[in-house]
Amino acid sequence: MKAYEKAIEKLILISAIVTTVSVALITVFIFKTGMPILLQYGVLDFITGTDWSPTSEIFGIMPLIIGTLAVTLGALIIGVPTGIACAVYLSEIASKKTAGPFKAAIELLAGIPSVVYGFFGLIVLVPAIRNYILPIFQKFNPDLNTSGFSILAGAVILAIMILPTIVSLSENAITAVPQEFREASLALGANKRETIMKVIVPAAKSGIFSSVILAMGRAIGETMAVLLITGNVAQMPGSILDPVATLTGTIAMEMSYAGPTHQQALFAIGIVLFIIIMLLNILAQAVMKKMGGVN
Amino acid sequence: MNKKSKNAIFYAIIVSLSALALISLILIVGFILIKGLPGITTEFLSQSPSKMGKEGGILPIIIGTLYVTLVALVIATPIGVAAAIYFNEYSKDTRSVRMIRFFTEVLAGIPSIIFGLFGFAFFVVFMGLGWSVLSGGLTLTIMILPTLIRATEESLKTVPMSYREGSLSLGATKWQTIVKVILPCCKSGVLTGLILGMGRAIGETAAVMLTIGGSMRMAESLLDPTRTMALHLYMLASEGISEEKTYATAALLIIIVLIINTIANEISRRMIKLS
Repeated sequence: MKAYEKAIEKLILISAIVTTVSVALITVFIFKTGMPILLQYGVLDFITGTDWSPTSEIFGIMPLIIGTLAVTLGALIIGVPTGIACAVYLSEIASKKTAGPFKAAIELLAGIPSVVYGFFGLIVLVPAIRNYILPIFQKFNPDLNTSGFSILAGAVILAIMILPTIVSLSENAITAVPQEFREASLALGANKRETIMKVIVPAAKSGIFSSVILAMGRAIGETMAVLLITGNVAQMPGSILDPVATLTGTIAMEMSYAGPTHQQALFAIGIVLFIIIMLLNILAQAVMKKMGGVN
Repeated sequence: MNKKSKNAIFYAIIVSLSALALISLILIVGFILIKGLPGITTEFLSQSPSKMGKEGGILPIIIGTLYVTLVALVIATPIGVAAAIYFNEYSKDTRSVRMIRFFTEVLAGIPSIIFGLFGFAFFVVFMGLGWSVLSGGLTLTIMILPTLIRATEESLKTVPMSYREGSLSLGATKWQTIVKVILPCCKSGVLTGLILGMGRAIGETAAVMLTIGGSMRMAESLLDPTRTMALHLYMLASEGISEEKTYATAALLIIIVLIINTIANEISRRMIKLS
């Protein structure tokens, strides 16, 4: 009986290690495949090069990095205030009766596959930008033109996609603020708005901050939606109506026809992406740990 | 500005931003359902596609989605549940356990396209499985593990300590306690994790795109290439093949997601009621 129990315990331990082994394997295989070209081409040239022409074996990913950053930044500018507002609404303002369905709706947003978002963006947002947003921009700059495939399209769709992450984590952080904080603030004569703005949100700020970091990771790593609506043109964008290619989109699109060297270069992009996401993850964990220490 | 108008503006901003979030959801779901539902006919569900998906239905693609999802769930469930049991029942808060936990979190944060690259380099090329149901399923297995582990662990935590003590004091061993007392209590948590994992597997595209090949023919073995609904939607949308079929596929995906969400919510609602 004892030996049986021991064996089971070992099996369970092995299962627990599977995730760790997977992370190790992923790291090894991405680096093993992408590293040779990175070293051969030069890490600095690869990252700072402004020309991505894989067919002539020129691999500079700066335009892709800029593309990813532009789309992500746009998504955060739209998504973060909206997400925090939803979290405040859910935890401080809404009645139980409205909070329930509202929360379910936000969760539903998280469940919709990214390719569906991409399709929606392609069929609704891209033409809308071409037909309705462009004329507005042209009032200020008549030379501007766009096909609709743009940073703006990517940013709007990504903003919707990162909402659930921001809302659920921020809401957790806000709910975790002790009731005494609210009572003390109200007892001192502050009204509800002042309590929310000056006591509750500041008290929950590290949780909110880490939700923003995780949302940023999601936006950077998102592939299918971005692939369908940002245009995939590896060039430096001049305005938010210009098309861009992102790190993820370039990998997804070009893997299907890439030759051996080109394929390695795509894995090298994977390395860059992997490192960015790791750093963001570690940052988010550190912020959360700090938050745990404060409460 | 006086206090009263400041308050009014504050509430107006909060409520309108929240409404904006809700409206975008309704817009996306509503638009796709309205445009796509008419296309979901019995022919669409029961026929094979012809002319690159321009005509016919998506039966082999539905089957392909089921195969890939099933492979992922069959492999991931025992591993995920066992890992959660380890974290909640066996592990102590040591450095190595914290590290394993950290890597589980890390795995959850890795973008799907990286999983795709890995699946391609490891399962398709290195293991020699080729573009196949198995390669895609195994890649998805790793992707959904964190979801499963988290959901199971959450429900393990809700089992009162006294249950464990009661069982152990009656002479049951630790494993007997886990199998006969603790796991039956958190069936619904495991089920929620499974359903959420299923949702992730069905909706995933980028990882699948680089590992299953994309063939529209009916897969006959685990080593055949296939195509999932999400991938099919991408192919149709990016190539502009047939608007009607694209909407119908998207609507079908949304319906599946709606069903999955409803079931998951219902289970966790009952769970809260019980505890």
